[in-house]
Amino acid sequence: MPSKRMYNCTWRNKPRRRAAGKRYVKFLFLLPGLAGVSIFVLIPFADVVKRSFYTALSGEFVGLKNYMSVMQNTAFRLAVSNTVRFASICMPILLAAGLILAVIINQHGKWERFKFLYLLPMAMPAATVVLVWKMLFIKQGFVNSWLGSHIDFMGEDSAFYILVGSYVWKNLGYTLILWLAGLKAIPEDMMEAARVDGAGKTAIFFRIVLPNLKGSAFTITILSFLNSFKVFREAYLVSGSYPQEKIYLLQHVFHNWYTNLDFDKMAAGAVLTALVLGSVSILLQKLWDNAD
Amino acid sequence: MNRVYKMTGRRFSEKCKSSVLLIIVVGTGILFCLPVLVLLAGSLADEVEWTQRMEAVIRNNSGYIIWKWIPDYPTGEHYRRLLFYTPQFLALFWNSIKIVSCILIGQLLIAVPSAWAFAVYEFRGKRKLFSLYIILMLLPFQVTMLSKYLVLSDFNLLDTHLAVILPAVFSTFPVFLIYRSFADIPRELLEAARIDGAGEVRLFMQVGIPLSGNGILAAMVLGFLEYWNMMEEPMAFLKDKSLWPLSLYLPEISVEQAGFASAASMLALIVSLFIFAIFKDTLASGIISSGIKG
Repeated sequence: MPSKRMYNCTWRNKPRRRAAGKRYVKFLFLLPGLAGVSIFVLIPFADVVKRSFYTALSGEFVGLKNYMSVMQNTAFRLAVSNTVRFASICMPILLAAGLILAVIINQHGKWERFKFLYLLPMAMPAATVVLVWKMLFIKQGFVNSWLGSHIDFMGEDSAFYILVGSYVWKNLGYTLILWLAGLKAIPEDMMEAARVDGAGKTAIFFRIVLPNLKGSAFTITILSFLNSFKVFREAYLVSGSYPQEKIYLLQHVFHNWYTNLDFDKMAAGAVLTALVLGSVSILLQKLWDNAD
Repeated sequence: MNRVYKMTGRRFSEKCKSSVLLIIVVGTGILFCLPVLVLLAGSLADEVEWTQRMEAVIRNNSGYIIWKWIPDYPTGEHYRRLLFYTPQFLALFWNSIKIVSCILIGQLLIAVPSAWAFAVYEFRGKRKLFSLYIILMLLPFQVTMLSKYLVLSDFNLLDTHLAVILPAVFSTFPVFLIYRSFADIPRELLEAARIDGAGEVRLFMQVGIPLSGNGILAAMVLGFLEYWNMMEEPMAFLKDKSLWPLSLYLPEISVEQAGFASAASMLALIVSLFIFAIFKDTLASGIISSGIKG
């Protein structure tokens, strides 16, 4: 049998050694990240779960009492209902607006350069946005001067819609880009074939375009969901810890518990929220996988 | 261009419709950018003029803010004051730069290899782990705030910049974004490289990273925008105001000092805009490569 040294071919000599090394190398890529995530997120969260069963001050075991008190807490319930209401209103608006804009822009190739106008709002810091809001919406602000009124818009139910508008304004840019990319990926032959078969524009849109956009739709949904939580920043900067009723969000509750050192409620609340968001996320992922 | 929609003979009404749509698209785009123009215009008006404009607010009467796009007496006094006479501004500016660069470098070192591992290798529990990463990504800060506070407190990191940098470095969001770019690399290419004798690390550095450059860069730019403007983490973990980033300085300026606040906002914004302008094409194609095909 020829000695190994005679052959320079690597595929004969290396695989065995490399296979063994490869098994460990792949973990080397993952390990630092995983270690950090465990240390800074997972392990402490396990601690929080444990804490949710004890009181903050005296440290005695109280079982599910914290959970009961959180779920019966009116502030918490208000915050949950507002947050859910916000997400369920702002996300469809953003997705629809983005899609409509993307379809229009897609039909006119040269208009694509304008998409950057829509990306600009993403770069603005919350405090800057708030400065402009104040100029627009305070009693003596611009909107009032157009309407001839003196309403403090951030102190009324309209505050909710200002938040929705601000969310769409900030996020329309990348939503537009993702939809455009999805539209471009639809194979042209499919569209041609449909047209040759006599399908009208509406039929083409609903039967071919939309189903092909499922992948993009799920990515955009996840990102939009993620960003819907960020409106807390503007809300907090404008109205502080106890804003108008309709924009009192989940983060406000947590923030107030934190400043009041109500760690036991915070722990129970965090576990509940994580459970709900975790389930939503798993659900979305299952739907996503089924759509692929 | 979708030939289905291309008209074979343009009629006048089609052109009209086209023009109207164009006006709507561009008009809305410009409308979206207006706040930046408002700030720019506002930052160039001096205090005296601002006091005049804000008279209704200061006296809290039934007037309105007077607005002029071009100030009567344009001035750079706010910028001068900020850059030369407000040491806190510069200190916090550098805080922001320091924090953001450390976070981005850390993310490059940690998230990129993690994404590679998910994209290229198989191992037990991979799906579940990735699923967990996505869940973690979706949790708003306030949910993990307490746990992070406790761990940082145990390590005595509170009130240092590391309290903000370390948790961000291990964020799972860039892993999600960059994973897609790596997953798009054809397996055959990797196999071919392996057969040619490339070790795994070489594969990563010389094949993986160059091919996904766009996706990685996009994740970094998005990360920059995110961390340049971050608020909740420094607010919760940094009690010492001299450690604060710029994003927390801006809210401290009251609306009566609107000219000064506008100038400060513009300066904070300029950095973002600068990064934005340099990387905008990469950002667009990077967002696409991380989002397309689901």
